[in-house]
Amino acid sequence: MSKMHITLTVNGTAVEGLAEPRTLLIHFLRETLRITGPHIGCETSHCGACTIDMNGKSVKSCTVFVGQAQGAEITTVEGLVNADGSLGVIQENFREHHGLQCGFCTPGMITRAHRFLQENPAPTEAEVRFGMAGNLCRCTGYQNIVKAILASAAQLNAAKEAAE
Amino acid sequence: MNDQSNTPEDRSTRLKGMGCSRKRVEDVRFTQGKGNYVDDIRMDGMLFGDFVRSPYAHARVVSIDSAAAMKVPGVLAVITAKELEPLGLHWMPTLAGDKQMVLADGKVLFQGQEVAFVVATDRYAASDGVAAVEVEYDELPVVVDPFKALEPDAPVLREDLAGQTTGAHGPRRHHNHIFTWEVGDKEATEAVLAGADVVAEEMVYYHRTHPSPLETCGCVASMDKVNGKLTVWGTFQAPHAVRTVASLISGIAEHNIRIISPDIGGGFGNKVGVYPGYICAIVASIVTGKPVKWVESRMDNLMATAFARDYWMKGRIAATKAGKITGLWCHTTADHGGFDACADPSKFPAGFMNICTGSYDIPVAYLAVDGVYTNKAPGGVAYRCSFRVTEAAYFIERMIEVLAIRLGMDAAELRRINFIRKDQFPYQSALGWEYDSGDYHTAWDKALKAVGYDALRAEQAQRLADFKAGKTRRLIGIGLAHFTEIVGAGPVKNCDILGLGMFDSCEIRIHPTGSAIARLGTISQGQGHATTFAQIIASEIGIPADDITLEEGDTDTAPYGLGTYGSRSTPVAGAATAMAARKIRAKAQMIAAYLLEVHDDDVEFDVDRFAVKGAPERFKTMKEIAFAAYNQAIPGLEPGLEAVSYYDPPNMTYPFGAYICVMEIDVDTGEHEIRMFYALDDCGTRINPMIIEGQVHGGATEGYAIAMGQEIAYDEMGNHKTATLMDFFIPTSWETPHYTTDHTVTPSPHHPIGAKGVGESPNVGSVPAFSNAVHDAFRPFGLVHSHMPHDHWRVWKIARDLGLHG
Ligand code: FES
Ligand code: FES
Repeated sequence: MSKMHITLTVNGTAVEGLAEPRTLLIHFLRETLRITGPHIGCETSHCGACTIDMNGKSVKSCTVFVGQAQGAEITTVEGLVNADGSLGVIQENFREHHGLQCGFCTPGMITRAHRFLQENPAPTEAEVRFGMAGNLCRCTGYQNIVKAILASAAQLNAAKEAAE
Repeated sequence: MNDQSNTPEDRSTRLKGMGCSRKRVEDVRFTQGKGNYVDDIRMDGMLFGDFVRSPYAHARVVSIDSAAAMKVPGVLAVITAKELEPLGLHWMPTLAGDKQMVLADGKVLFQGQEVAFVVATDRYAASDGVAAVEVEYDELPVVVDPFKALEPDAPVLREDLAGQTTGAHGPRRHHNHIFTWEVGDKEATEAVLAGADVVAEEMVYYHRTHPSPLETCGCVASMDKVNGKLTVWGTFQAPHAVRTVASLISGIAEHNIRIISPDIGGGFGNKVGVYPGYICAIVASIVTGKPVKWVESRMDNLMATAFARDYWMKGRIAATKAGKITGLWCHTTADHGGFDACADPSKFPAGFMNICTGSYDIPVAYLAVDGVYTNKAPGGVAYRCSFRVTEAAYFIERMIEVLAIRLGMDAAELRRINFIRKDQFPYQSALGWEYDSGDYHTAWDKALKAVGYDALRAEQAQRLADFKAGKTRRLIGIGLAHFTEIVGAGPVKNCDILGLGMFDSCEIRIHPTGSAIARLGTISQGQGHATTFAQIIASEIGIPADDITLEEGDTDTAPYGLGTYGSRSTPVAGAATAMAARKIRAKAQMIAAYLLEVHDDDVEFDVDRFAVKGAPERFKTMKEIAFAAYNQAIPGLEPGLEAVSYYDPPNMTYPFGAYICVMEIDVDTGEHEIRMFYALDDCGTRINPMIIEGQVHGGATEGYAIAMGQEIAYDEMGNHKTATLMDFFIPTSWETPHYTTDHTVTPSPHHPIGAKGVGESPNVGSVPAFSNAVHDAFRPFGLVHSHMPHDHWRVWKIARDLGLHG
């Protein structure tokens, strides 16, 4: 099958590669670009393990053909660390509040939380639970994930206020 | 270094030892996507394998034509049973003493069974190849009901066993019968039942479900033809056992096999078994000389690897009029699917189902289990469970409720008057176990008080009155459960898997500067071993947990152990860790005494140092001792500071807990709302409360899924009806209830640090609590019996059948 030339910006860096048009974005990210933060839990858009941020929206990258992502701005969990390499606010709160166990859902979870908190910077617990419902976790029962996201919201808002 | 300003409490806090909620060391990697799971592994020239699977549940394989597949660009090989047969690998032994086809050998026995393995340059080419393989089938009659499977004229499923009247666990009485396992005193139990004041009967069905960790099963096999070494990275909960089994069945010497479990994305029992994908990837790597990756899809996972449960448990329970239980009888029909691939200790073909007397002092009991073949996937693994403990706990906790109905008693009170009393431990159960310790009354009373039990019952009665008066359409159900687990398999004298004793191990090496590395025979799948085992060592030898590296899962470096499942890591490997640490402490004591120029007995351990008795200002810290071990010639002592312990536990451990669920049910829609879920766990000594709480949340959520909607369902033709996450229920954050956790502490008397294990308790205990809540809501209308899962449709049907829809 002939290949397409794909160019993307991933975590702020321009990248390119060749792929068959039928290639799913998740496979292109993981296998061609070797960005293995986003995981595969189903390939049927149910689990959210493959969640990335694409052009300012949460996207399950197993639901997108690589061609559909041509030229896109993509952020994955790897791109959410601070410039000095330390954990970003949401990452740190997942650690602090024990929001992960096996870690397999975590990249998708955190990437979704990153977008969700921009959509809704001061959510209630119920809004967090609803806004995160596209991402399955088999280990944590979500309670500590919700806690981590609420704590992140508070910190991000406090930082924003301090800056203003 | 003699920092006397520090109190022992300060020094102890700095160690981050047992009892503190130390943050997990794993998380720095995982939160930035730097885990290393099997599908993250890529090697030069790596190939990808995928299966042709059977669309039929029972059929003869007439022919397999790979010609077209071999022409697909990128396809390099198509492997069938014919290619595996000369290697003796077309069948493989199961952990349960049966054998299983690696690739269809003449017939298929379940939908989704592996028929051919296509090896290609990448996953897309492999799946093109799979689509191009032509298989001709000849359909055979299907049997999916284990009771029908035992009828005289039922289709013969396992033709390979023709004429074999004895299986791995004794006589077989029918061509689809696997084993009968009997425990207890049948005659005495039946005599008690015959003469009892009250006998309650119930058929308790624990439906078929699946552990479905978020990461599916997979491996990368790499045969290095130059040095003859086979390396396999895979989702293995028991890497050492996999190495031994791989050696035995492949004929490759064990020292030439290296099994590595990298990070594992959840296991829950799904990753204990040995699957055809592993064997095929290994063979493909040997054939092609290239590394071969196989990672199953979610559909493969739900259809073919390791289901759980599927137990039909017929029970009879006898009691006096006052509610004192006098006997328990159970006959279980166990649906094992096409092959018996349970992962139980060999002497226990139905696992620890004989813990089914639960938390109660039952003088006499009898249990029989019949294992049966059907046209369903093999498995029967312990889904976050210690070998059928979940089935046992669900059975007894349902029987108690049914008995309470017969007696017209409150189910909380019925439990209380039948609990084994604190002074009865160690307690010999009627079905052969010695419960190590427990204090059920204290836990139960604490739980009832915490939820405000009496007030809840009053509210429930009021709601019922309102319902009857037409003021509401919602009922309240109060679900109770008090479970006793049996975990930590186990004593080598009665627990083995394929002849391998179920001990476990830990090796600790202290470096000259006082930091350390520890390696264990277990493997974490999210339990946080790198965090908690370091805490045990920190407390035992006084080295800060942050200075201890923990490694597991590489058979070339870790000491031999039986792996992580059945909540055995803390009870067995945790004990080995403490014992190895104590060996180091004993040597450290001698070094300290030498350095302080006193007799060995004149120094004592004090948090992170040895001090002269009565003169605490004279001491040597563990750091100083470690350095001395490497730089001083100490008379009578070898240099270095390391130790290994292989721990064979004297008994199992028996964690327990009291769970209460308050549920509102909408009678017209069958929908439910969990208003409260309270979980009290007693897992003995608590190593890391934060991690324990996390385990409880996760396990209870699995229990919620199982009780309220999750199932592996087949139609009459053996078609798998729940093979995607669209149909197989995994709760999201939206449905999942909020949990309140609590605890009591009754240490295990025989465990070096008194810990019992907790990972599975919440799955064991929450399922009956959820299910009992549904039953309890409808109890006033005469509901005694219904099957899980209690999805909206089934609950709606209950209401309809009770005439509540008007
Ligand atoms: S892998 Fe994309 S949603 Fe599951
Ligand atoms: S932490 Fe394991 S799936 Fe979420």
